[in-house]
Amino acid sequence: MGEMRMIEAVRAAITEEMERDERVLVMGEDVGRKGGVFGATDGLYARFGESRVLDTPLAESGIVGIAIGAALNGLIPIAEIQFADFIHPAFDQIVSEAARTRYRTNGDYSVPIVIRAPFGGGVHGGLYHSQSIEAFYAHVPGLKVVVPSTPSDAHGLLKAAIRDPDPVLFLEHKKVYRLVTEEVPDGDHLLAIGPAAVRREGTKLSCFAWGLMTHYCLQAAQELESEGVSVEVVDLRTLAPLDRDTILESVRRTGKAMVVHEDNLTGGFGAEVAATIAHHAFDSLDGPVVRVAAPDVPGMPFNTPQEDFFMPSPDKIAEAMRQLAAY
Amino acid sequence: MSPRTAPSKNRAVQARRSVLLADGTIAHGARPRMEEEFLLEALRWMMKSRLYDQKVIALQRQGLFGVYSPGIGQEACIIGSAMAVDPVRDWMVPQYRELMATVHHGLPLEVITAQYLGKIGPARIPEGVKVLPTQVSIAAQLPQATGLAWGLRLRRQDSVVITYVGDGGSSEGDFHEGLNLAGVTRAPIVFFLSNNQWAISTSRKVQTATRNFALRAAGYGFEGVEVDGNDVMAVYDVTCEAVERARSGGGPSLIAAETYRMSFHNTTDNPSRYQDQKDYDEARSRDPIERVQKYLAGLGLWDAKREAQWTEEIREENERAMKMATEAPAPRPEDVFANVYEEPPPRVIRQRADLVDGQGG
Ligand SMILES: Cc1ncc(C[n+]2csc(CCOP(=O)(O)OP(=O)(O)O)c2C)c(N)n1
Ligand SMILES: [Mg+2]
Repeated sequence: MGEMRMIEAVRAAITEEMERDERVLVMGEDVGRKGGVFGATDGLYARFGESRVLDTPLAESGIVGIAIGAALNGLIPIAEIQFADFIHPAFDQIVSEAARTRYRTNGDYSVPIVIRAPFGGGVHGGLYHSQSIEAFYAHVPGLKVVVPSTPSDAHGLLKAAIRDPDPVLFLEHKKVYRLVTEEVPDGDHLLAIGPAAVRREGTKLSCFAWGLMTHYCLQAAQELESEGVSVEVVDLRTLAPLDRDTILESVRRTGKAMVVHEDNLTGGFGAEVAATIAHHAFDSLDGPVVRVAAPDVPGMPFNTPQEDFFMPSPDKIAEAMRQLAAY
Repeated sequence: MSPRTAPSKNRAVQARRSVLLADGTIAHGARPRMEEEFLLEALRWMMKSRLYDQKVIALQRQGLFGVYSPGIGQEACIIGSAMAVDPVRDWMVPQYRELMATVHHGLPLEVITAQYLGKIGPARIPEGVKVLPTQVSIAAQLPQATGLAWGLRLRRQDSVVITYVGDGGSSEGDFHEGLNLAGVTRAPIVFFLSNNQWAISTSRKVQTATRNFALRAAGYGFEGVEVDGNDVMAVYDVTCEAVERARSGGGPSLIAAETYRMSFHNTTDNPSRYQDQKDYDEARSRDPIERVQKYLAGLGLWDAKREAQWTEEIREENERAMKMATEAPAPRPEDVFANVYEEPPPRVIRQRADLVDGQGG
């Protein structure tokens, strides 16, 4: 299909699925005529019309609730939450409703919706346009949480998410939207939801990340290579379900593990990865399982010195890698 | 039965209020409260708001200011409403487009400018200024404003709350919960809804099937008033009435001000993708500032010379505030740990110490 950035890959995936199956529809704030604030749905309104590309009232709980209701009778809504920071009013509909409907009805009903939300910081978005929210949702059984970090993955995973019989929260990092360009495969390109991807093989330590942090870890690993330290970088891609086998296999080879995320340290998803490693690869560990994450403060500051301090960066990650490698 | 538990009558919504027409003449039969001196003051504030917005947009285009949502076209709402409340005793709970209303209410312009520049210390709201912080999470301020007003009543304080929301914000669940609770508690509050016809690119028609936002008040058992939101005299009048109602125990009001967002949603938005040029041009012909200038010119109180002089003076005032904010020191990285809790817990102390030792996050 040619070279694409992640934003274009997302748009292509939605377009293809809408063409393939007329039950698929798009809804959210400003997704219609404006094509979304990031342009993810640009052109879809003109192409598919207002019955399939719906500009909704400004109401996140309503957006998810309506998507659930439409799905219960066979439609396949892709609901966009304009910024992940504004998903919180929909928490109840996602956590208590979408995620639990199959269980609560003993399998009589299911909610095959996709909730897309741009997330993440480093974009001068301040407290309300930078949040990482994956930990809240990865905690919830019944939900799948996908966080692609490359255009091709975004394409294949989003198509799979749309066809998935269960609710999927699909988190797209705002800074990754236009960060890298790559070839996206033609045809019915579907990527399984679940498996992690080893982005870079290494022998000295294993580094686990998702979203923007995958790219920062790769940069840091590159730097470490020039210092003679071989770092493996694993892009988890999906937090729920979590690819435990790939994580453990990597740590068993390298003996050292690090998790990097942009969310606050305490209770972030890195804790789950670290606990999994500590329990199941304990005998292989040659050092502590290290987390590099944002400090435990309530929000990403807007000003540059503080935003830089809040965000894990390639430099900070490289420094943590050095220390762990030397342990 | 006490007035709190008495079932409230659903009063009919008043017809759209209008005092100063777009052509600068007074509507037939209207008896405005604003006298000329006061109207001049309102004009000065409206011009200040617009000139500030224009300056910020220019700075943003040069990379010297962050993303910004101007109030251009909505100055009559912003100023007419603010002039109807008392900065000494009343509270203001903004969304984000009412910047100059908060300044009128006592928040120094350099303080709110510093906030936009991310200067933490200089952005602190001074002691005694009864303004809550800019709200980004749409409509989340509404239940809080109701709680604030309810608390004022419980503590028998002679104060009211004015809070702002947009046409878009009226669709959030918090709008319903905030207004409903205000009706039930008969809280002394004025909900000021600026219907600028847009929520980013989403038309006002998408937000509600009612023909008039003021109608929504009936469902909550209190007064709804529709007003020409480009008419500062009418906005002032209806807000004064709502404030008096709240202060005298008459409960909440919803003011639906019909206006138009005469610029973009914010500096990243391009309305030509979704806005009909005709609508914009039509709105321009109803400019809230020009009509006041026309009216005052008719009274011999306004001319090109005075306009030039005021423009110059206001620009200077605005620039002084910008300079103060720009020159204020940038925060130190370790200040991210301030104000997480009153008493920092061990993990915050530890993480801060790690930073000071140079180890970072
Ligand atoms: C809870 C929430 N959802 C979405 C957004 C993104 N957003 C910011 S402004 C806006 C439109 C607001 O429209 P309106 O309430 O009419 O206010 P206006 O911008 O017109 O003043 C949206 C959707 C947000 N800030 N908060
Ligand atoms: Mg609006």
